Amino acid sequence: MSQHSGAKPYLNPYLSGTLLGIVLFLAFFITGSGLGASGGLNRLLVYVQNAINPEHIDQVAYLLKMAGGNSNPLDSWIVFLTIGTVFGGFISGMLGKRIKIETNKGPQISSGTRWIMAFIGGAFMGYGARLARGCTSGQALSGGAVLSVGSWAFMFAVFAGAYALAYFFRKFWN
Amino acid sequence: MMSFPLPLADLLGHWGSYGIYALVGIAFGMTLESAGFGNSKLLAAQFYFKDMRVFKVMFTAIIVAMTLVFLSSAIGLLDYNLIWVPPTYLWPGIVGGLIMGVGFIIGGFCPGTSLVGMATGKLDAIVFVFGVLFGIYLFGETIGDYAVFFESSYMGRFTLPQLFNVSYGAVVISIVVVALALFLVSEKVEAAVNKTPQPKLPGWTKPAAGALVALAAVALVIGQPSNEDRWQAISVESQAKLDQRQVQIAPAELLTYMNDSKIKVIPLDVRDETYYNQFHLRGAVHLPLDKVQEKASELQLELANTVFVLMSNDEEAATEAWKILRAESVPNLYILEGGINAWLETYAGHSISEENRVSNPQPDQLAYRFNAATGSRHEAAEPDPHFLDLKYEPKIILELKRAPTSGGCG
Repeated sequence: MSQHSGAKPYLNPYLSGTLLGIVLFLAFFITGSGLGASGGLNRLLVYVQNAINPEHIDQVAYLLKMAGGNSNPLDSWIVFLTIGTVFGGFISGMLGKRIKIETNKGPQISSGTRWIMAFIGGAFMGYGARLARGCTSGQALSGGAVLSVGSWAFMFAVFAGAYALAYFFRKFWN
Repeated sequence: MMSFPLPLADLLGHWGSYGIYALVGIAFGMTLESAGFGNSKLLAAQFYFKDMRVFKVMFTAIIVAMTLVFLSSAIGLLDYNLIWVPPTYLWPGIVGGLIMGVGFIIGGFCPGTSLVGMATGKLDAIVFVFGVLFGIYLFGETIGDYAVFFESSYMGRFTLPQLFNVSYGAVVISIVVVALALFLVSEKVEAAVNKTPQPKLPGWTKPAAGALVALAAVALVIGQPSNEDRWQAISVESQAKLDQRQVQIAPAELLTYMNDSKIKVIPLDVRDETYYNQFHLRGAVHLPLDKVQEKASELQLELANTVFVLMSNDEEAATEAWKILRAESVPNLYILEGGINAWLETYAGHSISEENRVSNPQPDQLAYRFNAATGSRHEAAEPDPHFLDLKYEPKIILELKRAPTSGGCG
C-alpha cells in the first residue's frame, strides 16, 4: 500500500470487524436502529434542492416526503449520524497520521482518469442505493445483522455486480 | 425487563436524541477509517482477491453484532420487535444492489467509506461523494417513471428464520460458523493470489472465534422469547392497566379520533367473519384472533401517529388480542369499551326495534340481530358527526415510538 512515512498501519481486519460489530450492536441496543450513510447524503441534497427550487420538490412525490411544505429535510437522525461519520473518520485519520491529500488509484491510470471513474461510480452507487432503499451500511451491514431477507439478497447482489465487472476494470486498479 | 432500545426522544428530547446519533456516527467513522476503508485501492483489492479486507471486516461485524443482538434478546434485555429491520422489497433491492456493485468496482467506494475517505483528504473520495449526490439526484428525477417497480415485491418485515422456518438461534449459529470457515478460505485465497506464504493469524483470533460460537450457542439454547414469555415480562404492569380500565376507550372517544385528521385510527375487528360481515366500523380491519400475533410486525411499521383500537362484540376477545399485541410491543393500543354492542347501542340504539335485540346475550355474542350482511353500509358504521358532542372520559395518550420508523438510509 502507498503509505507515506509516519502513517500508522491499518488495524487487523478481524479486530476492525469486531469493533465495527460492537458499534453496530450498540447502535441497535441504544437507538433501535442500525448504521447508515446514503440517507444523510440524500437529505443533504434534498435540502440544497429545496433551497434552490422549492416548487420542484412539491412536484415529485418521493422528494415531497422529506421536504414538502415546512418539513426540514435535515431534521432527521440519519443526518447527524452522517455528520458524525465524517468527524469520526477525521479523528481516526489524525490519530493514525493518515490524513494526506492524495488520489488512490492503480499505477496504470492518471489521477484525472481516476476522478472521472470515481464520479461515474459514485453516480451508480447513489442511484442504486436509493433504488435498494439503503447502501452497504444501512442495508447489507445493519439489515444483515438483524437477519432481513431483503438485506441478504441485496448483499449478494452488490458482491455479484462488482465481481462480474471486476475483470473488465482490472487495468484501473492493478 | 426489555428496557432496550431506549426511548431516546422521551429521555433527551427531539434534538437531544440526535446527539446520540452523532456519537454513534463518530464511532462508526473511526472504525471505518482505522479498517482502511478510506482507501479506494484497498477496497477494490477485494474484487481481485488480493486483500479481502472488505469481506473480513464486514462479516466479522455482522456476526458479532448479530450474536449480541439475539443473545440480549434471548435473555430479555433487548426487544427485537422494536429493532428496525429493513423491510424487504426483493427485486428493487436486488437490482439496486447490482447497480451498486457496478458502482463499487468503477468508483472504488461505497457511500459510507467515501465519507471517511473524504475526511482523510482522498481526492477520489471527494469526487465520488459528488457522484453519489448526482446519482441520488438522478434517482429523484426518474423514479416517478417506474414507481410501480420501486414499490413491488414488498414482503414487509421478513427475516431469514421466517423464510427457512427455523429458529433465530439456529440461523445465528449457522451464519457464525459459515463466516468463520469463509475467513479461513479467504486467508488461503489471498496467499495463493499474492503468491505469499499464508500469514499467521493473531493469537487472540482463535479464542475470540470460540467465544463467539459459544455466545451464539447460548442464544440458541435459551431461544427467543415467545409471546407468552413476553406477556409474562410485562403482565404486572399491563394487567393493572386492564383492571384499572385505562385502555378501554368509550365509543365517543373512538369516534372523536376517527374524525381527527391528525391521528390515524385503525380499528381492528377480531370477531369471526359472520359477525364482521353483518356489521363493522367503516375502515375496520378484519383480524381473527388466531391471526393477531403474526400481524404484529406489520402494525409496527405504521406511522407514529397511529392508534389501534381492538374490538369484539363485548370486550372478551378484544382483551385477549390486546394482551397478544401488547406483548409484541405494538404501541398505542386500545380496546373499544363495551365492544361492538356498546357502539351499536350508542349510535344506532334509537332505531333498533325490540325484536331485533337479543335478550341476555352470551359472552362475546352480538346483542342485535341483522337480517342481512350490512358490512360497513350500516348507519352506525360511520356515525353522523352530530354525535361528536357526546361526552367521554379521555384515555388515549399518544406514546412515542422507541425506535426510528426508518432505517439508515431513509
